[in-house]
Amino acid sequence: MAALEEEFTLSSVVLSAGPEGLLGVEQSDKTDQFLVTDSGRTVILYKVSDQKPLGSWSVKQGQIITCPAVCNFQTREYIVVHDNKVLRIWNNEDVNLDKVFKATLSAEVYRILSVQGTEPLVLFKEGAVRGLEALLADPQQKIETVISDEEVIKWTKFFIVFRHPVLIFITEKHGNYFAYVQMFNSRILTKYTLLLGQDENSVIESFTASVDRKFISLMSLSSDGCIYETLIPIRPTDPEKNQTLVRSLLLKAVVSGNTRNGVALTALDQDHIAVLGSPQAASKECLSVWNIKFQTLQTSKELPQGTSGQLWYYGENLFMLHGKSLTVIPYKCEVSSLAGALGKLKHGQDPGTHVMPRFVNWETPQGCGLGFQNSEQSRRILRRRKIEVSLQPEVPPSKQLLSTIMEDSEKHIEVEVRKFLALKQTPDFHTVIGDTVTGLLERCKAEPSFYPRNCLVQLIQTHVLSYSLCPDLMEIALIKKDVQLLQLCLQQFPDIPESVTCACLKIFLSIGDDSLQETDVSMESVFDYSNSVHDEKMEEQTEILQNGFSPEEDKCSNCDQELNKKPQDETKESTSCPVVPKRAALLNAILHSAYSETFLLPHLKDIPAQHITLFLKYLYFLYLKCSENATMTLPGINPPTLNQIMDWICLLLDANFTVVVMMPEAKRLLINLYKLVKSQISVYSELNKIEVSFRELQKLNQEKNNRGLYSIEVLELF
Amino acid sequence: MGEFKVHRVRFFNYVPSGIRCVAYNNQSNRLAVSRTDGTVEVYNLSANYFQEKFFPGHESRATEALCWAEGQRLFSAGLNGEIMEYDLQALNIKYAVDVFGGPIWSMAVSPSGSQLLVGCEDGSVKLFQITPDKIQFERNFDRQKSRILSLSWHPSGTHIAAGSIDYISVFDVKSGSAIHKMIVDRQHMGVSKRKCIVWGVAFLSDGTVISVDSAGKVQFWDSATGTLVKSHLIANADVQSIAVAEQEDSFVVGTAEGTVFHFQLVPVTSNSSEKQWVRTKPFQHHTHDVRTVAHSPTALISGGTDTHLVIRPLMEKVEVKNYDAALRKITFPHRRLISCSKKRQLLLFQFAHHLELWRLGSTVATGKNGDTLPLSKNADHLLHLKTKGPENIICSCISPCGSWIAYSTVSRFFLYRLNYEHDNISLKRVSKMPPFLRCALQILFSEDSTKLFVASNQGALHIVQLSGGSFKHLHAFQPQSGTVEAMCLLAVSSDGNWLAASGTSAGVHVYNVKQLKLHCTVPAYNFPVTAMAIAPNTNNLVIAHSDQQVFEYSIPDKQYTDWSRTVQKQGFHHLWLQRDTPITHISFHPKRPMHILLHDAYMFCIIDKSLPLPNDKTLLYNPFPPTNESDVVRRRTAHAFKISKIYKVKHLVLLFWIVGSFVISKCNKLHNWKIRAPSVSMQRTWIVGNKSPF
Repeated sequence: MAALEEEFTLSSVVLSAGPEGLLGVEQSDKTDQFLVTDSGRTVILYKVSDQKPLGSWSVKQGQIITCPAVCNFQTREYIVVHDNKVLRIWNNEDVNLDKVFKATLSAEVYRILSVQGTEPLVLFKEGAVRGLEALLADPQQKIETVISDEEVIKWTKFFIVFRHPVLIFITEKHGNYFAYVQMFNSRILTKYTLLLGQDENSVIESFTASVDRKFISLMSLSSDGCIYETLIPIRPTDPEKNQTLVRSLLLKAVVSGNTRNGVALTALDQDHIAVLGSPQAASKECLSVWNIKFQTLQTSKELPQGTSGQLWYYGENLFMLHGKSLTVIPYKCEVSSLAGALGKLKHGQDPGTHVMPRFVNWETPQGCGLGFQNSEQSRRILRRRKIEVSLQPEVPPSKQLLSTIMEDSEKHIEVEVRKFLALKQTPDFHTVIGDTVTGLLERCKAEPSFYPRNCLVQLIQTHVLSYSLCPDLMEIALIKKDVQLLQLCLQQFPDIPESVTCACLKIFLSIGDDSLQETDVSMESVFDYSNSVHDEKMEEQTEILQNGFSPEEDKCSNCDQELNKKPQDETKESTSCPVVPKRAALLNAILHSAYSETFLLPHLKDIPAQHITLFLKYLYFLYLKCSENATMTLPGINPPTLNQIMDWICLLLDANFTVVVMMPEAKRLLINLYKLVKSQISVYSELNKIEVSFRELQKLNQEKNNRGLYSIEVLELF
Repeated sequence: MGEFKVHRVRFFNYVPSGIRCVAYNNQSNRLAVSRTDGTVEVYNLSANYFQEKFFPGHESRATEALCWAEGQRLFSAGLNGEIMEYDLQALNIKYAVDVFGGPIWSMAVSPSGSQLLVGCEDGSVKLFQITPDKIQFERNFDRQKSRILSLSWHPSGTHIAAGSIDYISVFDVKSGSAIHKMIVDRQHMGVSKRKCIVWGVAFLSDGTVISVDSAGKVQFWDSATGTLVKSHLIANADVQSIAVAEQEDSFVVGTAEGTVFHFQLVPVTSNSSEKQWVRTKPFQHHTHDVRTVAHSPTALISGGTDTHLVIRPLMEKVEVKNYDAALRKITFPHRRLISCSKKRQLLLFQFAHHLELWRLGSTVATGKNGDTLPLSKNADHLLHLKTKGPENIICSCISPCGSWIAYSTVSRFFLYRLNYEHDNISLKRVSKMPPFLRCALQILFSEDSTKLFVASNQGALHIVQLSGGSFKHLHAFQPQSGTVEAMCLLAVSSDGNWLAASGTSAGVHVYNVKQLKLHCTVPAYNFPVTAMAIAPNTNNLVIAHSDQQVFEYSIPDKQYTDWSRTVQKQGFHHLWLQRDTPITHISFHPKRPMHILLHDAYMFCIIDKSLPLPNDKTLLYNPFPPTNESDVVRRRTAHAFKISKIYKVKHLVLLFWIVGSFVISKCNKLHNWKIRAPSVSMQRTWIVGNKSPF
């Protein structure tokens, strides 16, 4: 939360600030000390925390300081220019500015720029730039003219980007603005024309800039009261050409357009800017902090005594001339935290950041909790991820495997994969498997003839893959109609979306019996139902009695008259499996898969009616098989459960009832299902009746355990 | 180990009374608790929350306020309009001072500890000076319109806040005049119908007054301006109590819904210096009104109508896992309320105002472990003996032969002679008790029922000879010169030669009854004695302390026994030391001298001295009988502690040997338990059906 703290006034000495305010406030070599240059003759060094001046230097009467004093961070000296051309350099011990080092230059200086970590630069009014050392070596050297006549420098700023100094300055000529970017590592000067957009006749009042990795973000406050942003590339594409830059609106009507006094803005951090000016034409001047990301006003402070329209920001302090005195407002932008508001102190986060691999291996501890990562880091991660596949392998076998995937033949890949799998679980096993599958699938997509089925089967069987890791896998298998692979996926993947499940179901129902014969489908969920055919007769009796369902129960209306004419057929039909065992195995895989009803229903509507009928018949058959034994389960390893069967019957009917009910061949099936439901209801109502008796029995049992107020018991201690 | 017949007695319907006030003493880490019947108990939090001392209740003394002053002095004030000071050494009431202001609703001690402030029914706030041996009225503050229900001093002692009905007054102590009157909003859930009672106030050093009221609000006031700063609505019912931590960084409030809320002063954002009060944690450990709360440096303490005293540790303040890190719920007194006549199989139950005598049933059947045997004769309720007068019973005892019953209140000692003729019982009171037998803290009969031992509150031990229907005073052991410490625990050897007596802090004294002189003193230990008994034959004194240590001291040899030294050298099992209720009774197996039987509220245990002691690696609690293990394994894993926790769900109050069988008695069966708020406090009555706290 950005917050302005209580302001305090710095000057105990009255500054001789003219109507145009101060010349400048600059940082000194100590974090808490600042050089304040007034528009007359004086430079004062302030210690902000103590709110007192540490030193004050003045030039002689008649001389006038023309450029704010700065600190040379490398030598810890102060530099000031008076009378446009005379350079003075002194340090803390010096008392009189007249007696310090002096150099008279051949051209007029616009500004001396100094930042930590590099030598100061001197920007001349004609646009030329010199390093201080080079200049002092020959003060009278000739200074070239860079900008044209009548072009005036309005604003300048000096950055360090990637340890290279970059200077930007803005010039104005007849209402047109130009930006110059000077790179010092390559000594390239690039000129840009700033296009003002529709609002051609607005005047830019104030500039500020922040620097990103690639761009200088130049923010300008126009006389219409809006803040615009212009992105200037640090590395110009074509330095020779005169390029144009378009500005975009960042914040609208931040300050009133027609203020008497100046307005100013300064960037506080990536997301916050401070604006000095009146919000409305009539009101008093305000210092406001805006969040440009969310375009919200964070905080504001009224400055009733008026300002000079100048604003400086160093460290955590905002400097401005409020009335006649220099005012400092400490500014803080803390990360607001819910935990803080809720009363829990946030623990210190470990500063190390971690690059997330594409496939997270949850088994091996990575040492990173859910750490806090700022947006910059996550952006870096995103960039990193794109090139992850090629960068990933560190371990030789996996690296080799990945390169194999890209080029070699199917046979060879298979051998390599097998080799890798035989190596047993390396720590990055999961990630390598993930990368391998991704690589294989990418190649499959690129080359339609390439389909390393055996490899894929092996990889799926490692149990480390899931649908979300490689969604393409099932897509390709669906295209290739590879039912075996699909079955495997359905069995192994926990997170298959309903649409894909349904697509699988479509294929399983539509694929021809002959093509099924060739496939090698896992049959473990299918019990060989034909085995039980020989003692079918006898079972028929028991099934009815045990689980309450009797297809013969003849309470149904006359609709099943027709049906009763051929009861022989019916029993035959209901007791022989309507699908071949391989198809049954595939359908069982569907029955086992997880789904959510809401998402599945719309997809089920797309299945052709005869396939629905077939599936229903199969489900009905399964139900009959279920009710054959007392435990209501199917024989075999991992068979579909009764609940799964019932749920799918309901789902299919819900989705397709209107279609199915119109089909003559489905009529008998529907009648059977109707009877099934009816008999279920009667069973449950009977069970409900019994429940009361059971409850009484339970109560009796409890009473036996409750021994009353007094009892004698036997206790044995061991 | 052996088979036992266990009499499970569930007809001891003891209901403790509700807790009204708690007062925490930071200096001695003690907690004073007053109950609605006027009982005041003192818990030593350093000694595993052992209930060290208690002052019996009195019907006419409803304690409304309790506080520690001048370090170790305990004061209470109540609806009888008196301030009382308790003598923590002699365990009696030192004096009572009428303040002449009607019932007292609140009391607060000044930050310096030298002044007492009481708030009365007539709206007066009275200041008392605490003198070394009494309190002295100093002056009245400005009289308010209605009763003063809560009081709080500013930590500097210059101002006080007083909560009344519908408003809070801030007084200047020097002038005694009210400088602010802050009106509390009556609105309760948007409807203003009742008066708003300010149940509690707390004055912080920055001038903030926190109030809790009957509209369910916790409010923050600025005492300098008399304005409301912040309001938290936390309950639909009354918020009845508040306590602030000494550092003023957290406080706790209790509501009539049984909830306790913890408020903490936390920074608004991380690492900012601006802080605000935030409701952090709710706790629901009570079923009824939380009438009172206290805030110790490491725990939140709450008590209320449901009779539980709950000590909830603040986990962020607890550094090591020990006793302080566990939630404590104390419901029953840590003293014996049952005595037993072994010969006649009688049990005497002690209630606040009556005694009950029961005869145990019998059976002829046998069975295996866990069986319930058919009864040939059920238990009989023989006698219901009501006390006269408003005072609570302090202690009671039935003689081993069953023909004597003795009990004592604060002002009288009663001795009854019982005659058994077939199924009829006749009761005859022994009149003309000598004046020194006025108030007994503990009564004990000798094994042959010929002698009566009485520990009086003056520190003296009296021996009375009983013969026929009469008695004769034999001797009085006077306390050592200079000490007036009352003896709370007595134990007599089965041969009648030795009498052990223990007070609350000093060591155990052993007297020779035959020669009527002090035999020896067992060295004092850091923790109070919770139970002791003298073993038959060997005359070894077994002492249990509140830190779960058990010592065995040979009286004839005047030294600890070898077994006790071995135990101390090896140390007890860590699980044994982690139990949280004190051992309340020790007994012996008449035929197996190597066995010591002891129990606490949740388990009973037989220590077999002949078996090796368990170390920390062995299983202390044997969950199942090792039926399928070979004898070798069984022998190897066997250790001295045989623990049964079958009865843990209920509260074990007593365990006795009766000719080869146990008696286990519990407090339970509290269905249809009615909890009634004191009728004077507010016009409310709760009737809670089928809601037993156990």
